[in-house]
Amino acid sequence: MRHIISVLLENESGALARLVGLFAQRGYNIDSLNVAPTDDPTLSRLTLVTHGNDQVIEQISKQLHKLIEVVKVSDISEAAHIERELMLVKVKASASQREEVKRCADIFRGQIIDVTPVTYTIQLVGTSDKLDAFIQALGATPILEVVRSGASGIARGEKTLTL
Amino acid sequence: MTSQTKSTDLTNPTEMLSGAAMVIRALADEGVEYLYGYPGGAVLHIYDALFQQNKVKHVLVRHEQAATHMADAYARASGKAGVVLVTSGPGATNAVTGIATAYMDSIPMVVLTGQVMSHLIGGDAFQETDMLGISRPICKHNMSVRRPEDIPYLIKKAFHIAQTGRPGPVVLDIPKDMTMPNQAYAYHYPKDISLRSYQPKQQGHAGQIKKAVSALLTAKKPILYAGGGVIMGGASTELTELAQLLNLPVTNTLMGLGAYPAGDKQFIGMLGMHGSYEANQTMHHADVIIAVGARFDDRVTNNTKKFCPDATIIHIDIDPASISKTVNAHIPIVGLVQPVLRDMLAILKQKKKKLDSAALAQWWQQIEQWRTVHGGRYDTTAPLLKPQYVIEQVSKITNGEAYVCSDVGQHQMFAAQYYPFNKPNRWINSGGLGTMGFGLPAAMGVKLNYPDADVVCVTGEGSIQMNIQELSTCKQYGLGVKIINLNNGYLGMVKQWQDMNYESRYASSYMDSLPDFVKLAEAYGHVGIRVTTPEELQPALERAFALKDQLVFLDIHIDPKEHVYPMQVPGGAMNDMFLSKTERT
Ligand SMILES: Cc1ncc(C[n+]2csc(CCOP(=O)(O)OP(=O)(O)O)c2C)c(N)n1
Ligand SMILES: [Mg+2]
Repeated sequence: MRHIISVLLENESGALARLVGLFAQRGYNIDSLNVAPTDDPTLSRLTLVTHGNDQVIEQISKQLHKLIEVVKVSDISEAAHIERELMLVKVKASASQREEVKRCADIFRGQIIDVTPVTYTIQLVGTSDKLDAFIQALGATPILEVVRSGASGIARGEKTLTL
Repeated sequence: MTSQTKSTDLTNPTEMLSGAAMVIRALADEGVEYLYGYPGGAVLHIYDALFQQNKVKHVLVRHEQAATHMADAYARASGKAGVVLVTSGPGATNAVTGIATAYMDSIPMVVLTGQVMSHLIGGDAFQETDMLGISRPICKHNMSVRRPEDIPYLIKKAFHIAQTGRPGPVVLDIPKDMTMPNQAYAYHYPKDISLRSYQPKQQGHAGQIKKAVSALLTAKKPILYAGGGVIMGGASTELTELAQLLNLPVTNTLMGLGAYPAGDKQFIGMLGMHGSYEANQTMHHADVIIAVGARFDDRVTNNTKKFCPDATIIHIDIDPASISKTVNAHIPIVGLVQPVLRDMLAILKQKKKKLDSAALAQWWQQIEQWRTVHGGRYDTTAPLLKPQYVIEQVSKITNGEAYVCSDVGQHQMFAAQYYPFNKPNRWINSGGLGTMGFGLPAAMGVKLNYPDADVVCVTGEGSIQMNIQELSTCKQYGLGVKIINLNNGYLGMVKQWQDMNYESRYASSYMDSLPDFVKLAEAYGHVGIRVTTPEELQPALERAFALKDQLVFLDIHIDPKEHVYPMQVPGGAMNDMFLSKTERT
């Protein structure tokens, strides 16, 4: 099962290495990892996408808690939540393909943010599933480069993961 | 340098100290008496500060690994963190085995490692190693000093983290430029520390505790399974009271020996791979297991799929990650074992309820029958000295009161099985990592801090050679450890597995060209005694223990063919055991 785990971490050097190291040492998966400081510069917020059975997920959450610099951990996929990922895709778009690529981007509410005579760079935001679907939809269009941020997540409603 | 010796007023905020002096002063303010270490370039400023005071005493080992084991064993005996100081690079890497050893057994320790100058870090400087990177997976936490003025806070933080929650080693990496003797900073040692991201639980959840008591009271076949958490959590008294209040059978893990007095009739021995027949049977057939400060390690459970099929499991542990990690706990209680046990006792006393006495009597009858099946028997007719007999005799001559520090191998299991530990903190061994070379430095760490106690190192000719150089340290500091070298000429535990699983193909388990240990002990300035027959044992032990302040190396030649039994059958249930070379359950 896919899980989205949010972590509030002390923004200290070595803290991220310790967290990532934990996954490597204990053989847990990291499907994607997204991290940046919050409005409080002493804290970082991480969104980590992983998969495993219930027992593995429970261990992941407990082991994360044990790290001294981890302030809070929440499996936000356990309740209603919002998930967004940013993707930048550079595709080959020469004369014949340009219309088709643009239409596809429009359908997915993507934006073309850079243009050359032979390429388009499209920016797309959505759930990771939606980004996957867009890549599928590009079909025969030659993809030159894909850059994805990994998912960021937040709980719906009034629930927060803060100090 | 007057500033560091002049003022002893801790609250004086204007006291100015160099980074190096702050390191030592903070240790003194923390109440540290001994520092175990080895100097080198990156820590010379700290050593110079150490030289200029007399509160913190330094023990110069012969190899950094020994410093870590000394500090670790002090912690195991006293419950307080041991402290280590080593230089950067090879000094730090030599300490790695000791840090991992302490980590696996949840032992509080503070390890100060030197580091190259800040501006050289990352440049492959002389004696630079990324100690934070190396130690990260084998310590509870690690940190580095970025500003000299942070040193007192970071040292306090290191002790705080090492000694609270589930204890463990903490590494503090100190770049050399943080300790410059010519720069002074305001020194203030914090009394307490609070970290927003680290708030270990103390009390257990009241509802869970009530539930646990109710479950326990319904038991017809209960067992109390106690581990090292009871020792480090200082909860032996409470554990004993609970067991005796309800007449529960008690088993201790290898790490928990001494948590419940071995001499008591309710004690049914150690459990697990080399546990007693009765302990493993009682566990397997139990209907309620109350696990206290134990972690269902694979050396205990054997095959978890076949583990205790009928048991409701109550699990008390300070570390939530230990709960339901290998075996599912039905009633988990996260908290320090001492307050949780106290809460349970309070409820029980108030309820004035006991277990169903008829059922319990029947259970005890069954256990007594199991006791007779193997009963720790071994061949007493053989002409060669048996290791079990040697341990029994050592226990006699020390009245079962000694600190027994063990190495790793068959001798370790014989010591665990045949030395009855009646008090906590007396059995000191590397259970989790299984570190050969642990025994002698561990015994040194204990002897230094408990000079009047009998301190025994039970070892083998393989293990003792992994830190034999420490005989020199023993001479320098007058450490009168008694070394019981159960010399079987083999890496016996390896040989046992080769006998059982590899048709006795002894691939590299026999050591040719062993030294003459008696001469070796003498060369280091100690007393050596060789024992080769059963008749020689008694007088040799008497002589050794009469030489109060002397290190005596007893090189005791034992039956090389002896195996450790019982031994769980790999892949089986708790109670699938070999009972001798020819019998199995
Ligand atoms: C540092 C280290 N290396 C290897 C091992 C694997 N090992 C476990 S027991 C053992 C044999 C120990 O031999 P000895 O000290 O003579 O004890 P005996 O089993 O003969 O009593 C070995 C090699 C270990 N535990 N630690
Ligand atoms: Mg041996």
